[in-house]
Amino acid sequence: MGNIQRFPHSTKAASTNPLKMSQPLGAALAYLGVDRCMPLFHGSQGCTAFGLVLLVRHFREAIPLQTTAMDQVSTILGGYDNLEQAIRTIAERNKPALIGVATTGVTETKGEDMGGQYNSFRQRNPMLADLKLVFANTPDFIGGFEDGFAAAVTGIVEEVVEPAAATVKGQVNVLAGCHLSPGDVEELRDIIEGFGLTPIFLPDLSLSMSGRQPDDFTATSLGGVTVEQIAAMGASEATLVVGEHMKVAAAALELKTDVRSIFFDRLTGLEASDRLVKTLSELSGRPVPARLRRQREALVDAMLDGHFFFSRKRIAVALEPDLLYAVTSFLADLGAEVIAAVSPTQTAVLEKLRAATVMVGDHSDVETLAREADLIVSNSHGRMGAARIGVPLHRMGLPMFDRLGAGLKVSVGYRGSRELLCEIGNLFLSREMDHDEHGPGHGRGAGHGSGQHDEGHHCGGGSCGCSAG
Amino acid sequence: MLQEKLQDVFNEPGCATNQAKSDKERKKGCSKALKPGAAAGGCAYDGAMIVLQPIADAAHLVHGPIACLGNSWDNRGTKSSGPQLYRTGFTTDLSELDIVHGGEKKLYRAIREVVQQYDPPAVFVYQTCVPAMIGDDIEAVCKFAAKKLGKPVIPVMAPGFVGSKNLGNKMAGEALLDHVIGTVEPEVTTPTDICIVGEYNLAGELWLVKPLLDEIGIRILSCISGDGRYNEVAQAHRARLTMVVCSQALVNIGRKMQERWGIPYFEGSFYGVSDMSDTLRTMARMLVERGADKAIIDRTEGVIAREESRVWRRLEPYKPRFDGKRVLLFTGGVKSWSMVSALEGAGLTIVGTSTKKSTKEDKERIKKMKGEEFHQWDDLKPRDIYKMLKDSEADIMMSGGRSQFIALKAKVPWLDLNQERHHAYAGYDGIVNLCEEIDKTLSNPIWRQVRLAAPWEA
Repeated sequence: MGNIQRFPHSTKAASTNPLKMSQPLGAALAYLGVDRCMPLFHGSQGCTAFGLVLLVRHFREAIPLQTTAMDQVSTILGGYDNLEQAIRTIAERNKPALIGVATTGVTETKGEDMGGQYNSFRQRNPMLADLKLVFANTPDFIGGFEDGFAAAVTGIVEEVVEPAAATVKGQVNVLAGCHLSPGDVEELRDIIEGFGLTPIFLPDLSLSMSGRQPDDFTATSLGGVTVEQIAAMGASEATLVVGEHMKVAAAALELKTDVRSIFFDRLTGLEASDRLVKTLSELSGRPVPARLRRQREALVDAMLDGHFFFSRKRIAVALEPDLLYAVTSFLADLGAEVIAAVSPTQTAVLEKLRAATVMVGDHSDVETLAREADLIVSNSHGRMGAARIGVPLHRMGLPMFDRLGAGLKVSVGYRGSRELLCEIGNLFLSREMDHDEHGPGHGRGAGHGSGQHDEGHHCGGGSCGCSAG
Repeated sequence: MLQEKLQDVFNEPGCATNQAKSDKERKKGCSKALKPGAAAGGCAYDGAMIVLQPIADAAHLVHGPIACLGNSWDNRGTKSSGPQLYRTGFTTDLSELDIVHGGEKKLYRAIREVVQQYDPPAVFVYQTCVPAMIGDDIEAVCKFAAKKLGKPVIPVMAPGFVGSKNLGNKMAGEALLDHVIGTVEPEVTTPTDICIVGEYNLAGELWLVKPLLDEIGIRILSCISGDGRYNEVAQAHRARLTMVVCSQALVNIGRKMQERWGIPYFEGSFYGVSDMSDTLRTMARMLVERGADKAIIDRTEGVIAREESRVWRRLEPYKPRFDGKRVLLFTGGVKSWSMVSALEGAGLTIVGTSTKKSTKEDKERIKKMKGEEFHQWDDLKPRDIYKMLKDSEADIMMSGGRSQFIALKAKVPWLDLNQERHHAYAGYDGIVNLCEEIDKTLSNPIWRQVRLAAPWEA
């Protein structure tokens, strides 16, 4: 992959079928990983309604999310009154442990001074001193989902974490980026606990967004990392930082607590998982549990069985930056050719991507770049474009509203990597089986009329059994 | 400009709620003051999109930062029998730099791109909060673009912060009245041409009604805006009659079309057996009053008699299955109320409803239908609903998607009645669909299992 085309200049004025979601939405998701939390958008009520519907469709869960309900008048005169009233109302009605505020385009265009408003609120409301309040600046017109998630996590660290006098043996922090699903977090917990360590995840979506069955109605998030646990992060032995976008929060945490950070750019793939396991073994001083050893063997085996189907496959991937990095790197590990990596926003991690074209774009760009692809990987919004060009779609990321169990998908560690490998591999496999059964020209999409790679592209010497005879 | 428009829709004389108010109250507008920290629901831009996006061959371009479209596109179930362009999301995706320099030029370039690349019959441009704050004059840009590109480019002035979804519905109606309706002449007209306002063809509902109209000989000249085409909407002024479906939201279109072109309008509903029959009757009668052939009245009665006897026959099997089953309706809309008598006809008992969005008139109507003892809750909190369901005060809840988890987490059956739903409930066939859906979920074997205690709890 000698010449990578990085960031072809886009002259488009109209973003078409957007891949990007806004910062406040990312912030809301981060806040939802804290127990008894109420995320609050400082903006017009529509900002909240759209975000809420999107998260509901993805997780198929009730989503606590409130609004300061700014109207024209309060937008012009300033939103402090609305903010104060909203926080007081939520505190009184829902008794949350933490209220996570995210600004929006409306309040940021006006230029509301959130630091000042925080101080005013604290001064004017001493009776709410116990309530944790996080104010994150998340304008809709800068960055995107991942940035908002990062801003909220950083805000939580700054507001809640406390320096500790002593270290708790075996306690580790995990700053879990938004590319980790609730299922991924659950998987990491299992892996880490397998070494006798006690992880504190920030945020912990596995405890709140994984299909909880409450005993009573709750208006706030149910489950997630508690405020007390977050406060105690200063006493951990180390912080595992997962994803480039968690680095700012990691720096804030280090600055506050002196707990050392260990950075993981991804946890998907054999070598990436090896690094995690090695780190955990060193941290705990324990050998790698038998279960993980078996899982590693199974991943190696899946790579051996599956590589036939991945070799030189042309894949276009469009996801949030850190997930984009994890997935494209893993596909490259398996011998696939990432012909296009499309990110909704510009971030540092894009410099590290291995792909023929790397660009900041939308689903319509994917549609253009993926015409000759064997597969597209993107969120559910990619389905219409994929259908138009006749390329199969593997859904990842958010929103994934046309699949059950979207939040519980696992793609980290040996087991998660194997699952991802098999899911994608099966898409290739079934296409090749169809092709073999129907002869040339079948099982291929409209974009493959020329049949240019129909020949000599069988299922790897009969490994799937279909051409064994 | 925008303020005048807003006052204008607040003063809507065709709106019954509005007429009941004092002058002073009316000036305040229709939307209740929202309580920060305890508000729910969409904004005016959301409402405008709901009304206009079903115009399937037009391009819909949102002028704003990414949140307005990026978080919301591809989330409605309105169906088209032909063009699919309405499903493509276009936005100017305003960046910080655009906010500093103003977004007008970018908007013009975006309109030009969309026109050049997709050649739609028209482009709708939606104003949002941020460009409204920085003073982007989208009306001027649209006017300029229309002239330059030779295509209708329609500004929709409903930035989110001006008010509720309902207000946005109205503002969308105003955009159609100001820029679209009356700009295209139909090739042929017939004495039975009608315009339907406020029907969005969710889950293909219009297609359950249209065959009956075809059979009677009534032509839908224009539907605003389900399965809509731009030119058909633009021809609406040649209809002989307007039917306004979602009464509060778009009555301004009906009334102003009467004012401008002398087209009478009536408010009707496609939901529920008797409402459906009333609607067909009124349609035929009013068309005949305007000179249509009297024969359509007989044909209408023929269709009604056949369909009604058919629908009751088809609902018969549900009666024993629904006996004693209690329904909690958690939606204030008139729509669901039109279905009530049909549901009761099928043997269900309605135990109560929320009336948060209902008008005084609606409430009176419910009282008349159900008697004084019937529960009407103005402000039922989620926690209260949860408790009612948990205490088995109802066997099924029917509501909008957002409250579904109140029912599901209480382990009580739930059915979607709102815009995200996947089944068509309009017309005679729609009621049968609805009963089938209710029966399917009520009789599903999971309910017993999911209520079982875990083995370590028993």
